[in-house]
Amino acid sequence: MSDKPKVALYWCASCGGCEESVVDLAEDILTVVGAVDIILWPVAMDFKRKSIEEMADGEITVTMINGAIRTSEQEEMAHLLRKKSKIMVAYGSCAHTGGIPSLSNGFEREQILKYVYQEAPTVKNPNNTRPQTEYTENGWTATLPEFRNVCRALDQVIDVDYYIPGCAPNPKLLLDAVLAILKGELPPKGTVLAPDKALCDGCPRLPTKPIDLKIGEFKRPWQAKIDPEVCMLAQGFVCLGPATRSGCGERCIRGNMPCTGCFGPTSKVHDHGAKILSALASVVDANDEPEIQRILAGIPDPVGTFYRYGMAKSLIRRKLSLLSSK
Amino acid sequence: MSEQWDPKILAIFCNWCTYTAADLAGVSRLKYEPNVRVVRVMCSGRIDPQFVLTAFASGADGVLIGGCHPGDCHYVEGNYKTLRRVTLLKRMLQDFGIEPDRFRLEWISASEGDRVQKVVNDMVAKVRALGPLNLPGRIVEWDKEVEHMQSEIDAREGVAHV
Repeated sequence: MSDKPKVALYWCASCGGCEESVVDLAEDILTVVGAVDIILWPVAMDFKRKSIEEMADGEITVTMINGAIRTSEQEEMAHLLRKKSKIMVAYGSCAHTGGIPSLSNGFEREQILKYVYQEAPTVKNPNNTRPQTEYTENGWTATLPEFRNVCRALDQVIDVDYYIPGCAPNPKLLLDAVLAILKGELPPKGTVLAPDKALCDGCPRLPTKPIDLKIGEFKRPWQAKIDPEVCMLAQGFVCLGPATRSGCGERCIRGNMPCTGCFGPTSKVHDHGAKILSALASVVDANDEPEIQRILAGIPDPVGTFYRYGMAKSLIRRKLSLLSSK
Repeated sequence: MSEQWDPKILAIFCNWCTYTAADLAGVSRLKYEPNVRVVRVMCSGRIDPQFVLTAFASGADGVLIGGCHPGDCHYVEGNYKTLRRVTLLKRMLQDFGIEPDRFRLEWISASEGDRVQKVVNDMVAKVRALGPLNLPGRIVEWDKEVEHMQSEIDAREGVAHV
């Protein structure tokens, strides 16, 4: 074995976009691969869990886990990798704040299973068969992971040292993080490895953002043509820039789409959704209640819009009227 | 919860109107339910929606916001900002499954001490009827399903290393 630092990359409840962002390092990936030994990366290379189990505690220099934690298997792998790693990085929105998968915290576990295995239009399941966590035949027992009641961010299950935000993260942030780890130049534990400023701060459209912003009508991107030069909010599009951390390179804005908040909040904010709600609602251009309500009806799903990537890390965390949440 | 539950309600009142009204209720010896904990802010427009969520997440059963009547804000338009935020926040809390009676906005001027009494009593009665929200307790309950994995792994590793 070489004495290069060992790096593990693992995925949990995720789409694969984070893995893609590693590949998006392009030729920089050679810098990374030259400096470290990748000892686990299920999406790209063949490794066995057993070889991880056989490692000494703390033998892996850094593990980057992407994806939310929904099943017992994801939870188990997170614990195992935590034990074997010196540094644990939550990589991407899902591991950082719950991501898209944690929007499922608006639904009961049973609702999800019922829809997926019985009710979805593409499902034909006359016997209502559901996967079981254990099945025995001919004396052999096969097992499947347990689907938990709640979807969680990584730090709600294990101790996390650093966070790299984004859906998916900007490859530059990954490269900077890896280089910082190799040099041992690390910020205090718990730091999000991205700038601590709001997206608006570095937005190329900032000069067109009115000082006295007023919104008389909220629009969704499919409802109107988006001017490629002018501030999204000035045009009435719900843009989460004022309350979202920068560091993404304003990729969506440059692609002429409003920010949807994947980088999560800055370090001063406890609840991302509440903060953007505050920013957007306070500039509604009306003073009487019916008119305020009419304008705000342009945001039909506040939870889904403001916590798109972070319901698991919201202060409320989950829809409270669900059966098992009583 | 073994001990008798009684609602805890966080009241956030603006300095110029509702807090002064609560003071007036006090000096006028108007009795109202002791379930509210009053926090004074300079303007209801200072109330960040995060305050409301933090209150619920810290165990409040209800949150009451009091500000100046529209047109009477000491800072001209702070209370309009409150109204806009509260309008959307009410809808969002409902989507989170929090009953509408747990969150209330009232305009109460400095001379309306009796209205403080009426509003507080009414809200306490409604929240009492709803029962405890107990968000901290629920979070502990939800997280029980992820309590055991660490010890399971330790136990298995212990066996493997023997």
